[in-house]
Amino acid sequence: MSVRLDGVQKHFGSTQAVAGVDLELGGGDLVAVLGPSGCGKTTLLRLIAGFETPDAGTIIVGGDVVAGAGVWVPPEQRRIGMVFQDYALFPHLRVSANAGFGLSRRSAGERRKLTERALALVSLQHKADRYPHELSGGERQRVALARALAPEPEIVLLDEPFSSLDATLRAGLRREVESILREAKATALLVTHDQEEALSLSDRVAVMRDGRIQQDGTPEEVYGRPTDHWVTSFLGDAEVLPGTAAGGAVECELGRFPIPADIEGDVDVVIRPESVALGQGRAPRGDRSHEGVVVAREYYGHDQLVVVELPSGRKVRSRSIGFPIWHPGDHVRVWVDGPVNALARAATDRVTR
Amino acid sequence: MEVTTAVRGGRTPIARRSRTRIDGWAATTILVAAAVAGPLVVLPASFVASPGALSDFAGLLPDALVATAILLVGVGAGTLVLGTGLAALVSFFDFPGRRWIEWALVLPLAMPGYVFTLFALGSAGDIGLGLATVRSSLGAIAIFTLVLYPYVYLLARAAFLSQAGDLLEAARGLGMSRGRALLRVAVPMARPAIIGGVALALMETLADFGTVNLLGMQTFTNAIYKVWFGAFDRDAALQLGTMLVTITLLLLALERFTRGRARYGQSGGRGSESVRLRGVAAVAAFAGPLLLVTLVVLAPLVQLGAWSIDSIRDGLLAPEFATAARNSLLLAGMSIALVVGVALLLAYGRRASPSRTSGAAVRVATIGYGVPGSVVAVAVIVPLGWLDHRLDDAAGVGLLLTGTVVGLFVAYTVRFLALAFQSVDTGLERVPRSLDEAARGLGSDRLDVLARVHVPLIAPALLTAGLLVFTEVMKELPATLLLRPLGGDTLAIAVWQATTESLYETAALPALLIVLVGLIPVGVLIRLSRRVAS
Repeated sequence: MSVRLDGVQKHFGSTQAVAGVDLELGGGDLVAVLGPSGCGKTTLLRLIAGFETPDAGTIIVGGDVVAGAGVWVPPEQRRIGMVFQDYALFPHLRVSANAGFGLSRRSAGERRKLTERALALVSLQHKADRYPHELSGGERQRVALARALAPEPEIVLLDEPFSSLDATLRAGLRREVESILREAKATALLVTHDQEEALSLSDRVAVMRDGRIQQDGTPEEVYGRPTDHWVTSFLGDAEVLPGTAAGGAVECELGRFPIPADIEGDVDVVIRPESVALGQGRAPRGDRSHEGVVVAREYYGHDQLVVVELPSGRKVRSRSIGFPIWHPGDHVRVWVDGPVNALARAATDRVTR
Repeated sequence: MEVTTAVRGGRTPIARRSRTRIDGWAATTILVAAAVAGPLVVLPASFVASPGALSDFAGLLPDALVATAILLVGVGAGTLVLGTGLAALVSFFDFPGRRWIEWALVLPLAMPGYVFTLFALGSAGDIGLGLATVRSSLGAIAIFTLVLYPYVYLLARAAFLSQAGDLLEAARGLGMSRGRALLRVAVPMARPAIIGGVALALMETLADFGTVNLLGMQTFTNAIYKVWFGAFDRDAALQLGTMLVTITLLLLALERFTRGRARYGQSGGRGSESVRLRGVAAVAAFAGPLLLVTLVVLAPLVQLGAWSIDSIRDGLLAPEFATAARNSLLLAGMSIALVVGVALLLAYGRRASPSRTSGAAVRVATIGYGVPGSVVAVAVIVPLGWLDHRLDDAAGVGLLLTGTVVGLFVAYTVRFLALAFQSVDTGLERVPRSLDEAARGLGSDRLDVLARVHVPLIAPALLTAGLLVFTEVMKELPATLLLRPLGGDTLAIAVWQATTESLYETAALPALLIVLVGLIPVGVLIRLSRRVAS
């Protein structure tokens, strides 16, 4: 275990930025803290790094308490690597000096060796003599990563590392950053407001809202089995249908589905639009499909979102590849092909989007 | 899967620091503030210590008030008209050589008042002016106006250039002639800048000692000098100093007041199309400013050069010249390290530990720039003298502080810290805070960050600050005069001393050196502004 947070709190004036967070990570974990802006995720990162002092709770890095319980370790003694949103490269230093900045206490030989290794890790050996302003955005990010990794920290913190990059570059760089972190066997905590980024990059996603961790699990868990309505809709579109749960199954307008056995009674059945399938002609899936009429369609190229009205008048959305092309008025068969989640009914707790 | 929650960037993490922890850096700023501004407390305290001290010098006060009032009104009007007029000329009109004239008009900044006075006194006879004409209120007003108008000129010009051209065009569209539009729209819009420039010029006038002393004007600084050296009456000098500082503060308050709540925000952009002057007008537009700069800078330089050659040839150079030059260079050189170093500590201390306390400490520490050099001198000598005697009593080391250059360095720090701070702080503010945090995250403590990140990054700002301090100390006269140790004459004192004895040739070489050194930062200023402009 590299980092542990116990009941960490931080407020600014009357704003509770972090309201009691417990979090544990280590052993090469790549964890994303995902939340809307203002949820306290950046403050959480800065608390771990030591740029803020917690009001309550303890922070443990590499087995030592660094904050809380009357202890305060300044950031320079925490063995933490940080990659800043704007990279914060030292403009007056060459790439090699930037990467080796945190190695000043090592011997010259070791410093050279570790700098070279860090630059090799991010494949920038050939740019070692350049200045930051001579690099592209992606290269700057890799230098920032090399600089953070060079002193072999307990943990690397990444603050919205892709937000200042061109949208078209992001996907490629995500893969690159992920493979660098994996190769370095680094434990990393990444802060982001981008769901796609969190889900595709990390082993674990901690969803944060109003200073609290709302749910902490694998990407599949938080997306497929969110524990409440807010997490459900923050992570993506969802259809919510009334249903009744009993004995490990739930019954709703679109059918009967298995769910964990501990849920009983009136529930909200949550189905992601990509789990709602459409077909035409002879009913596929026999009696598990239902009648519907297409009322609207949004076409996105790689997929389409089709709104279907069920006999009850309820409308559900179905996301599928852009073919076949549906038209309003088309009579279709509707069925569920994917995970179904059931939540305790709470009509008001909806995120506003 | 599109959720619109993103508000990218726009974070200012450091500003969110909530608790005021008095750490080492905050303590540093407080300590600097106390050390620098602390001595000034003795100014008002002198009224409590010795309420009747001034009654022995009853005649001095009315004279000082009248002379000061005459100077303020005259110099205020002079710099206002000359500075604003010249700024308008180069901002709204175009003529051959304008770009050259634009910057030549800044050069008088390098000419200390007392050096120009030396030139004026020494060459008055050559052009048929009686000495009495120069040594009059009018002469003093003329001299101050000629060397101080650049303050108004620079600020007014910057304001004119930032004005949106369409405002002038709107005025002309409403039927105003070009000249009227300038007077009714452009000048009033630049009013805060113009008044700010006049306030600066008047502050310099109030602080001046050399010029008024050489011309026999009985102003406050002159009265302080008399009371100090003539009667050794410390409390009376402090009380006169307090009054002088009060007048300076009133002036600054007046400047704030006239600025009022008005905000003259302008939508940037190069001003309106300048009017191209032709024929006689163009010649006059070029020749007028040229004549002015020739009179204030070129002619004195040539004259001083000629006198310098005479003095060397005729053996008129004061025997102490070499010592004075060495003293000046040493004092100015060592002041760079001291004042810029303290400024850096102060600015970095506030950055490292931002809080209301450190912000207040900075304001207090930079207060000395509004305090004339002679007042700083009489103020610092009181606590230093006290400390000196305590030290002597305790260790029997003799007078370590007041009898040596230590007092001078304290006075220079009090007086010029704001100048250096301004430059250093502007440089520091340009360094993103995330660089501090990145370096700390990589294992550097605050001091290490300062040495490895900030100092290299703000080297140009430190250099500028050092240059400003160097030239200011080189030409500083009153504080040096009052606090110098025995044998501690500087070039500035040499100029003043020789001029009081009408030994103009003897005064020339040290004066020439002071002006030449003073031209360096003016040159830098011009180069920097040109780069910004282009």
